[in-house]
Amino acid sequence: MNQIPNSLRAGPDASGHFGAYGGRFVAETLMPLVLSLEQAYEAAKKDPAFHEELSGLLTHYVGRESPLYFAERLTAHLGGPKIYLKREDLNHTGAHKINNCLGQILLARRMGKTRIIAETGAGQHGVATATVAARFGLPCTIYMGDVDMERQKPNVFRMRLLGAEVKGVSSGSRTLKDATNEALRDWVANVHDTFYIIGSVVGPHPYPAMVRDFQTVIGNETRAQMIDREQRLPDLIVACVGGGSNAAGMFHPFVDDAGVEIHGVEAAGDGVDTPRHAATISKGSPGVLHGARSYLLQDSDGQIIEAHSISAGLDYPGVGPEHSWFKDIGRVKYYAVTDKEALDAFMLLSKLEGIIPALEPAHAIAHVCKVARQMNKDQIIAVCLSGRGDKDIFSVAEKLGEKL
Amino acid sequence: MNRLAARFAALKKEGRTAFVPFITAGDPDMETSFAILEKLPSCGADIIELGMPFTDPMADGPAVQASSVRALKSGATMAKVFKMVEKFRKIDKTTPIVMMGYYNPIHAHGTARFAKDVAAAGVDGLIVVDLPIEEDEVLRLPAKAQGVDVIRFVTPTTDDARLKRIVADASGFLYYVSVAGVTGTKSVPEDEVRAALARVRAVTDLPCAVGFGIRTPEQAAAIAALADGVVVGSAIVSLVAANLNGGKDKVIAEVLGLTRTLAGSTHAARHGKVPA
Repeated sequence: MNQIPNSLRAGPDASGHFGAYGGRFVAETLMPLVLSLEQAYEAAKKDPAFHEELSGLLTHYVGRESPLYFAERLTAHLGGPKIYLKREDLNHTGAHKINNCLGQILLARRMGKTRIIAETGAGQHGVATATVAARFGLPCTIYMGDVDMERQKPNVFRMRLLGAEVKGVSSGSRTLKDATNEALRDWVANVHDTFYIIGSVVGPHPYPAMVRDFQTVIGNETRAQMIDREQRLPDLIVACVGGGSNAAGMFHPFVDDAGVEIHGVEAAGDGVDTPRHAATISKGSPGVLHGARSYLLQDSDGQIIEAHSISAGLDYPGVGPEHSWFKDIGRVKYYAVTDKEALDAFMLLSKLEGIIPALEPAHAIAHVCKVARQMNKDQIIAVCLSGRGDKDIFSVAEKLGEKL
Repeated sequence: MNRLAARFAALKKEGRTAFVPFITAGDPDMETSFAILEKLPSCGADIIELGMPFTDPMADGPAVQASSVRALKSGATMAKVFKMVEKFRKIDKTTPIVMMGYYNPIHAHGTARFAKDVAAAGVDGLIVVDLPIEEDEVLRLPAKAQGVDVIRFVTPTTDDARLKRIVADASGFLYYVSVAGVTGTKSVPEDEVRAALARVRAVTDLPCAVGFGIRTPEQAAAIAALADGVVVGSAIVSLVAANLNGGKDKVIAEVLGLTRTLAGSTHAARHGKVPA
């Protein structure tokens, strides 16, 4: 059915499809805007001034490049392959999200948009959006589910400090999915002046490709750093997948390297065989939500099933369309890690390396703990440590039965 | 000629504008919503827009969202919605039913199978909010083969070039979204609607219904003087919510009462030609 092209990096096609996935499933009111965004992005891609400005901000504002750190004690503890961590947690605002937000806000300015909106789950994308909105002096509204506002209080306060308006969303599961619905409603009502900074590789074309492109700096740096340190490519690349933006950026420069195995790690919540999980690719089926065709958690009637994960950033019943395509063609293997396994990895990395990871990449670390045992000492794993865990200390404390 | 074409032709002859009430199937439960549905034609509905409930209705405002939630909570499913239309068709063979919803439940059902099933149930048109012209072929072609129209939208953001592409493969009627926004939140801007309808009529002979932002008899009358159809949704489903505590009979009476009022003012307004 799907012809596999010579390069897996060429997608999507002109209408925004990765194989059978992607596309532009939005209300007619939004279509002209989505099409003009695509034009603006294509023009920006070809404009050296755009890249120069973005690259300057990534260097001087975000603090790139981020280190590729050899996790010596974790490696010794697991007794197998060398494990490197791509330290996106050291970026300004504490996660990879800022890479994409800077790209999009530069685009918003080029398009003459004067107001920014965004959805957020864990609050990392909300904080990054509020940050770039402050940096460029644009008013900004962030939609966040009530449940997420409760479990990510520090980030809510951070966004407000940065001058953003945080609007709680009380519909549905009151998490990321519902915040996205509400952001889309705002967008359709304010198309004339508003730019919607989507935080992951989801949404209508061109968002999945554009967000991936802005995040590809992660994989590009990792590749160069790895060659510099080890004079070769890693054997395995690992990243967590909610919507899948850090994974998309980490994977993209490696997908044509047949010798590099790639694993995406989803949130299994209580377990993939329980009703409470967020393992969209592992347990879902193709459908259409939030502008694109992709794997979804849904019932037989096409109603969306609410996702569950300890990590607010992975608590989403959809996934980027390119990941769905990678799953189908077998280029990336997707696994799922439970809340408990992620918590254990969260503690392990904190104690062994002095790095408190966000709960999202703690899922990737947990997966590494499993696969490292089946690999040997000559091999190398590169993991995207997509964010730091300060924001998660309240949820972790609660799980551990401690009161802060 | 299908029921939609026949109805618009008859209305045109009479010089009347269609009144198109929207209700969500299964809101607040299947039985009550059927009781409403079967009485809508006698209360003045010329065409019925029947909402298929969806968990994530992202183009709808709070009123229609809440009606979807009520319907799903009460156990509404695609199969039950089809049954409801089938039952309606046994007692009413002429009032067109247009089903409105989101693409994922249709995708999950399979577009070809969906087209067959809706046609068999007696549905005449489909309005799928998140299926723009770039993506609608997958449903439009199988639906057309079954004699079911996929209704296309025109909006305040539609420019002339896009308008031409929209009308090129349109059938049934066009749905003009009167405000950029979600359902039931802003008021219909009469002057803009007048200008938009003039643009639409310059490129097509298809009837054009107007929806989003029409709540009152006065607004219905004003739009009825301009358009071929007046769609009211949020104001109607809001009455379901407002009267739930009063019992099902009260819900039915209130919804039908508003339908009668709005239909009355729609029909009283002369179907004028748009001034050049």
